[in-house]
Amino acid sequence: MWQVLREELHPKGLEIVTVGLDSVGAEACRPFIEAAQPVHPSLVDPHHLVAELFGVIQVPNGVWIDEDGVIVRPAETSPAPPVDRVPMAGGDVELPQRLTEIFGEASHIETQPEDYHAALRDWVEKGAASEFALSPEEVIARSRPRTADIALGQAHFELATELEKRGSHEAAVRYFREAHRLFPHSWTYRRQAWSLEREGDGPLARFWQGPLSDDPESWPYEGDWLRDIREAGAANYYEPWVP
Amino acid sequence: MLLESTTVAVEEFERRSGWSLKPEGACKGDVCISLPDGYSDPLDIESLAAQMGLPLVVEAEHGLWALGPDSVGGKTLVTAQTPDLRLDDLDGNEFRLSSLLGQKVLLVAWAPY
Repeated sequence: MWQVLREELHPKGLEIVTVGLDSVGAEACRPFIEAAQPVHPSLVDPHHLVAELFGVIQVPNGVWIDEDGVIVRPAETSPAPPVDRVPMAGGDVELPQRLTEIFGEASHIETQPEDYHAALRDWVEKGAASEFALSPEEVIARSRPRTADIALGQAHFELATELEKRGSHEAAVRYFREAHRLFPHSWTYRRQAWSLEREGDGPLARFWQGPLSDDPESWPYEGDWLRDIREAGAANYYEPWVP
Repeated sequence: MLLESTTVAVEEFERRSGWSLKPEGACKGDVCISLPDGYSDPLDIESLAAQMGLPLVVEAEHGLWALGPDSVGGKTLVTAQTPDLRLDDLDGNEFRLSSLLGQKVLLVAWAPY
């Protein structure tokens, strides 16, 4: 998805590093990475280290780092370049009601890719002289809030991903729930947990992210994707990009 | 930071947390947190967590300790210097963000769900 921008901007001195956040690990990321065939570094982050280290709370989120290893824009909404959409299901296939509703809400999600990519090009060309390159003080000030509760939530989340990896799903759910309670603003913490409660085993199993058809009462989380996006409003799914 | 015991080598703690242990305390960028009780190598994570104000979650049944990040400045970042993120690629080869010094980098997080 980032390949086009990488081809354009790599000769001008930009490298792109993509980081796949998934406690399931490399095998869950593999089909997407192999389809994209990136020539840039493409990494797998099963414990969401970039949440702790950079403040990622949603995907895609991007961080700009200069030649000296100094962050010039902290984690923020980072829309991918537009691509030709591949239909998620065959034209004649009738989607389950929930997925139809999910795609309906998703169509109202707003991002500002043109502004963001123009800013990125400006920075690649002008470096520190770009109006979009922030000072270190501004970078720190704009980095996402971290209260003691958020830090505690991040420790719980890291434990949850490890327990999931070890096959202790019930224990993982307990820690995911606590992470959600302590850090309710992280969409990735919620989506990660919801996506592990798969509906069936098709390609959309992990996008269901809500009560399962055969046993809706056993849904272990307070929210789910549809409920939470309706509560927030689809237009607020991503934080607006601030130049 | 996931750990399987109550101690961690100073070098490992520094590498994974981005904090450096100095005579004046634990430092990152311009920020130092004093450690009045001192420390030894390997570090006792309970003592360190208490002194630095880091959350420590114990999962006794699985023998796991999760040492959370600082919240000293109320923000994710206390310095604009990037941490040296180390993660594996699909083939299990470790990649270090610091290997890209000298180039501009756009680091993008995505998810397959």
